[in-house]
Amino acid sequence: MEIAYKHPKSLKSIQTKYCPGCGHGVIHRIIAEVVDEMGLQTRAIITNPVGCSIYADMYFDFDSVQPAHGRTPAASTGIKRMLPDHLVICYQGDGDLAAIGTAEIIHAANRAEKFTTIFVNNAIYGMTGGQMAPTTLVGQHATTAPEGRDPINAGMGYPIRVCELLASLEGTKYLARGAVNNMVNIRRTKKYIRKAFEAQMRGEGFTMIEILSQCPTNWQMNPVESVEWLEKNMIPYYPLGEIKDTLSTAAAPAQAH
Amino acid sequence: MAEEIRLMKGNEAIGEAAVRAGCRAYFGYPITPQNELTAYMARHMLARGRTFIQAESEVAAINMVYGAASTGARAMTSSSSPGVSLKQEGISYLCGADLPAVVINVARAGPGLGGISPAQGDYFQATRGGGHGDYYTIVLAPKGVQEAADLTYEAFGLAEKWRMPVLILADGLIGQMMEGVVLPEPIDPVNLQRKSWAVGHSVEMARPYNHISSINLIPDELEAMNRKRFERYAQIKKELIRYEEIEVEDADIVFVAYGTSARVSHGALQIARAKGMKVGLFRPITLWPFPYEQLYRLAERGKRFLCVEMSMGQMIEDVRLAVSGKAPVYFYGRCGGNIPSQEEVFAEALRLSGK
Repeated sequence: MEIAYKHPKSLKSIQTKYCPGCGHGVIHRIIAEVVDEMGLQTRAIITNPVGCSIYADMYFDFDSVQPAHGRTPAASTGIKRMLPDHLVICYQGDGDLAAIGTAEIIHAANRAEKFTTIFVNNAIYGMTGGQMAPTTLVGQHATTAPEGRDPINAGMGYPIRVCELLASLEGTKYLARGAVNNMVNIRRTKKYIRKAFEAQMRGEGFTMIEILSQCPTNWQMNPVESVEWLEKNMIPYYPLGEIKDTLSTAAAPAQAH
Repeated sequence: MAEEIRLMKGNEAIGEAAVRAGCRAYFGYPITPQNELTAYMARHMLARGRTFIQAESEVAAINMVYGAASTGARAMTSSSSPGVSLKQEGISYLCGADLPAVVINVARAGPGLGGISPAQGDYFQATRGGGHGDYYTIVLAPKGVQEAADLTYEAFGLAEKWRMPVLILADGLIGQMMEGVVLPEPIDPVNLQRKSWAVGHSVEMARPYNHISSINLIPDELEAMNRKRFERYAQIKKELIRYEEIEVEDADIVFVAYGTSARVSHGALQIARAKGMKVGLFRPITLWPFPYEQLYRLAERGKRFLCVEMSMGQMIEDVRLAVSGKAPVYFYGRCGGNIPSQEEVFAEALRLSGK
């Protein structure tokens, strides 16, 4: 009998350092599943960013490069330009992408760099212990927003919708936002990732999947509360779906490998 | 066939040398006085189907180098002083991850935005690591267009051999002036070997997966990595130190200068010798590793030293370390983008000779 569901080859069978209820583990798994399905394990390279997911290179079973904080898209640019037939996965958190690395993501996207960014948005800084992120919601508490994010009076600004921000750039060909708070959204997110990876391997241009993800530890909730909080608070502000899709219509539909 | 001598600007000769060294990727951001180099790379890299990117910043450019270097490709960036400050983060990461790269600094006057005229105020930054953490980069200081081309060409091989960035510390004069240059033999990057430590092509290389990284949160392991790197540095000090000595044998006063100030000092030496003064020149070519022992041996022979720099005095600290109190070390410097004249330097030597 064929095994229908098993541990992905591209993900090592080890315990992660991620907290209980953290979304990174699920996101790693669906990326690894897509890499396996496309038969790209030996040609995949992940750039694991500064932040909790700096450990990603311990979990993915393929090549990796760890760049400086926020410079992940610049490093991915260098890698993909040298290895255009490889799958380059630019994994970024909200601090890495939307704060310290804002210039790098905008210009990589605008140059239509042919790697795929996986943007994990959990609306908080995880590794450093719960500081306000560029995507922290208005009113959401953080160690650096002790009374909640106050955009005007405290001058903390507004949460940035990255997909919508990048959508105006001609170089972006596919931008989608998924979530890992329930099975339906996880499956949908995996489809987005597959579509982006396929577009990357066809060399179409910049692709990015933003993934809303739980951080129970720094949200100071238990895992069950965190998936509910994500659904009630994050999804209304960060709408799910394909935000932009200008991929070649002539492109072949997704094929199973 | 006679060697072809081409009349080239220093910036362009550096670019052509990089192209001929098999550089596969160049990333840069405009800044004076090195703009001809970036423009040269745009023309000649793109024409060969290689990678050229005008990056959004110096920070992005050095991190593109980091990515390209991770694949084992020969990669380069260039800039001038304020831009090289921005690259220090990336240089630290390159060193932490043991990646080869070539960084060109066509230096200008500082601090801050400073001016666009030549200066040597980046010596500390270049020779003391420059960014955060315990590391060094190899630093090569050309005195003219020919040497700028030769050292740039060689820098790629040195970077690969020692798995670290190599910095070419030129200045605005060397970048802007034109001289005759004989260019090295072109290397086609397709003939360069893939690197066993790099990412990509794991099947062809028949190797386990590689992880390029500078992080290690376990103090004992990180210390061990740093110690291993410093063992390599010790080996570099044994193998790589380079310098030029001119008429030091019988000299009472030895100029110590590199790059443009060494050219000027050579002129001052010729004036002095014509007047019967025993003056010599010691020119470090590797600023890191610095020729400490060679200078010490001269100090033991009773020489006095006049350190000539286009700064308020930076290399002089290495000269003092080198002579370890065995000999007097004097200083003559101009800064702000001013280049000392050979007459000025000669006058200073004359003043010292009366002491």
